[in-house]
Amino acid sequence: MSSQSVGHFALIPLYVAAGTAILALLADLFTGRRAVIAGVTLLGTLATASGALLTAGADPTFCAGGGCSWTPSGAAATTAVLFAGLTAGVLAFSLPALRLGIAPAGEFCFLLACSMTGGVTVAYAGDLITLIVGLETLTLPLYVLAGLRRFAPGERATAAPAAASVTFFLISVVSTAIALLGVALNYAATGAVHLALLGPAPAPFAQIAGVGAALLVIGLAFKVAAVPLHAWAPATYDGAPVPVAAYLSTASKLGGVLALAAVVSRLDTRAGVIVLAILTMTIGNLVALRQSRMVRLLAWSSIAQAGYILAALALGEPGVVAALAYAAFFVILELIAFGVVVALRHPGADGGAIDDYRGAGRRSPWLGAALVLALAGLAGLPPGLAGLFAKLSVVDALVDANWTWLAGIVVLNAVIALAYYVRVAAALYTLPARVGLSVADPVLMDAAVHPRLPVARPVAVTLVAAVAVAVALGFAPQLLFDALS
Amino acid sequence: MTLTTDSWSFLLVAMLAVPAAGAAVVALVPAAHDRQARIVATAFAAVTFLLTLAVPVVVPDEFGWFSIDGVPGLVPWLNLELPWVPALGLEFHLGVDAISYPLVVLTGLLTLLCCAYTVKTGARALAALLLVLEVGILGTFLALDLILFFIFFEVVLLPMYAVIAGWGGPDRRRAARKFVLYTLAGSVLLLIGVVTVVSQAGTGDLTFLTDASPLSRNVQCLVFALFAVAFAIKAPLWPLHTWLPDAHTEAPTAGSVILAGVLLKMGTYGLIRVGVGVAPDGASWAAPVLAILAVVAILAGSLICLRQRELKRLIAYSSVGHMGFVLLGIATLTVTGIQAALIGNVAHGLITGLLFFLVGTIKDRTGTGSLDQLSGLREHSPRLAGLLGFAAIASLGLPGLAGFWGEAFAVVAAVQRDDPFWVTCGVFAAVGGALTAAYFLRLLRRVTHGPATPAVRSSRSAISAGEWVAWAPLVLLTLAVGVAPALILSGTDLPIVSLLGGGRP
Repeated sequence: MSSQSVGHFALIPLYVAAGTAILALLADLFTGRRAVIAGVTLLGTLATASGALLTAGADPTFCAGGGCSWTPSGAAATTAVLFAGLTAGVLAFSLPALRLGIAPAGEFCFLLACSMTGGVTVAYAGDLITLIVGLETLTLPLYVLAGLRRFAPGERATAAPAAASVTFFLISVVSTAIALLGVALNYAATGAVHLALLGPAPAPFAQIAGVGAALLVIGLAFKVAAVPLHAWAPATYDGAPVPVAAYLSTASKLGGVLALAAVVSRLDTRAGVIVLAILTMTIGNLVALRQSRMVRLLAWSSIAQAGYILAALALGEPGVVAALAYAAFFVILELIAFGVVVALRHPGADGGAIDDYRGAGRRSPWLGAALVLALAGLAGLPPGLAGLFAKLSVVDALVDANWTWLAGIVVLNAVIALAYYVRVAAALYTLPARVGLSVADPVLMDAAVHPRLPVARPVAVTLVAAVAVAVALGFAPQLLFDALS
Repeated sequence: MTLTTDSWSFLLVAMLAVPAAGAAVVALVPAAHDRQARIVATAFAAVTFLLTLAVPVVVPDEFGWFSIDGVPGLVPWLNLELPWVPALGLEFHLGVDAISYPLVVLTGLLTLLCCAYTVKTGARALAALLLVLEVGILGTFLALDLILFFIFFEVVLLPMYAVIAGWGGPDRRRAARKFVLYTLAGSVLLLIGVVTVVSQAGTGDLTFLTDASPLSRNVQCLVFALFAVAFAIKAPLWPLHTWLPDAHTEAPTAGSVILAGVLLKMGTYGLIRVGVGVAPDGASWAAPVLAILAVVAILAGSLICLRQRELKRLIAYSSVGHMGFVLLGIATLTVTGIQAALIGNVAHGLITGLLFFLVGTIKDRTGTGSLDQLSGLREHSPRLAGLLGFAAIASLGLPGLAGFWGEAFAVVAAVQRDDPFWVTCGVFAAVGGALTAAYFLRLLRRVTHGPATPAVRSSRSAISAGEWVAWAPLVLLTLAVGVAPALILSGTDLPIVSLLGGGRP
């Protein structure tokens, strides 16, 4: 019996991502200098992205029994690049806070790079066990990151980050258990764990397989915060540091979407996913209407956005490209939105109330424009062309499958969503609230009371890059569609 | 059939690229040079307008309908086809023909006039937004691909929201929100209709779809229903008009002019080009319903206007009535009716644009739009009162002015259908036309005659050079179109025949 041959070439992205985590740890151990640690991690994310692009055409490896556990493809490489980019962006958003010592740089970079490793694994996973291991590797460091917050002496310490962390941890562990139970039942019924071999079970086991598939989808639905399995998301996002919330709502969600896409395209879980999709987008949007805190609003909006992705996934195989395209457009726009929140707030501060952003677009026109672009994109309207094409691809997939009624629900939700997106965008440009005494020039008064915060260079660079990508994909979305298929 | 991309088709891209570049340039000018920025915006708008005027000059000489056997489908004068997003069936396909050309020129003209108007009072951001709006509106009129049409249709939403919410009256927030949610609700229906057509026909190419609709009758009925509701919200058609009076009352003058002058035309143009062109069977199926709604709109608009006490609101509701005539013309599905709709579109753009300029000025100067506080304008500012009288009389459809043709021939087209239902529609529409005269005369009596109120007496009476520049073209064109409707209609009969399905066996 010969040992299994391993195609190391195909594994390069994973090696680089894991190596990045180890290097960050070593850099902390041997130099202890923040700049070195962050620099190593940033370079590692770049190397991971390059490695993914380099190995896009590699052969699958870890093959046994007709299926492979590590399957490079265009979609896998593209999403791995996205994971690396999101990791780099979130690290850049965190640098001002790290500089103030709000979180220990070494641990932060190590955990973030571990999370990226998990994301890369999810992207390439070819069997359910690798998929779940990858998903856990993606999520596990985030429990710590969500609660990783040091308070300076004299600063009022709050338990919010710790509460966020514990909420997230408990829910996530339960969801993983459910997903694993689903995998086990499915294996018991069909004997398959490789994605390529998944399929309907022989007649006597069909019911067990159905239960397994349903449990698997439910477990994964926790990860994308689909209603009714969403309750952890707003509390966790709002309690976690804003950059980590950005990671939760982009990379972590992308991981969940990839895992769901892998499952629903092979197992028949249509009815369940349709129900999840309708509930998720409708309830997400309706509750978002009532939010007065910025990060909570973004959290509920990102729940609603997951609903659109689920609507495409409900189609099974034909909807996968549309769902992945939507997810890719969405994470870029969401990263911009969170980046602007980071840039407009003090390092280490929470997202604050929407009223705190009044007039911010007048004080910082570029940041205001970036946030308007992101919100317009999330609403699916020009100038956020990337978001428009995202909506268009989902509606197109649904109508092609003769599911016009579901497309109708999607677009009606888009109308509801616009109501809160324009509320935030308009708040950026409203005149400041009256201060109770008569002032000759309220704008000048406001500028004096709210000094413009300097935007840290890494944050600015990341925002410029993310906006450039969003605009480029807005004009040339075909690039993304080609890369995903 | 499509013509190949010809040498002058870059004009079509330039018409979109120039205002887009203008908006970017104006937005980047620092706040200290606000006035210069507005002048730059006007210059960009002027270049765009000149580009729209250049189209007939460069149309190939040998271009003629009779060189082709039978009635051809949609054959644009200029045509540009580039692939954009094949994954979604989207092509960057622009073209201009006799149906869209008058609206293209009207858009260029009104944007130029509004930009010129902002030079005196306004902000550079407003001028930039006007240019963005122009991109969206021109793109909608030029698009010959369904999905591209939808994208341009969406482009205008947020800029118009910003114009109303940023520079509007006291209740602007609510009005702007109502506008944007209503119109988005319309355009998402358009999205589903467009995607359904592309999915069923395999292409979004309007020249192909107009030529020979490959859709089955059921699909046509479905998509026409979606299109009709979407465009009825935009046009707006009673009972989906309730966003319009609020938006108009609160919008700044330039915003009202663009909104009434050309933004609403996206709805009626869309109904002709996309609704009737892509789904002619669906159109004939839904025509009676559209006609009833149009007649109700005419009557309801007129009756509401008789009771209005606010100047801008009155003009806004008069738009509902005028658009009712346009939609009645379309609903008849005859060449005469659609020609009436085309000329009604342009006439309404000119006259209502002028009316909004005038009432905006009156409101700015006197500080009130209430008919109770306005009186005696004739004594205090005779020129302004004269212009208002001219615009009001043009709007009520006096023969010899632009407003006459659209309304009269919509009624004629309905009566010519020679069917009790259509004759009844025509009769009621004519009654509505008479009511239009009643409320405009009431408006004139209240505003221009009588003793001057304090609000009027304290206002400035002279008309500045800038205002003359903005208004004179509209006055002259109202006269010109009134005397020679062929300016708008020449060359439209064959394209309309092909739209109505004449090119089909």
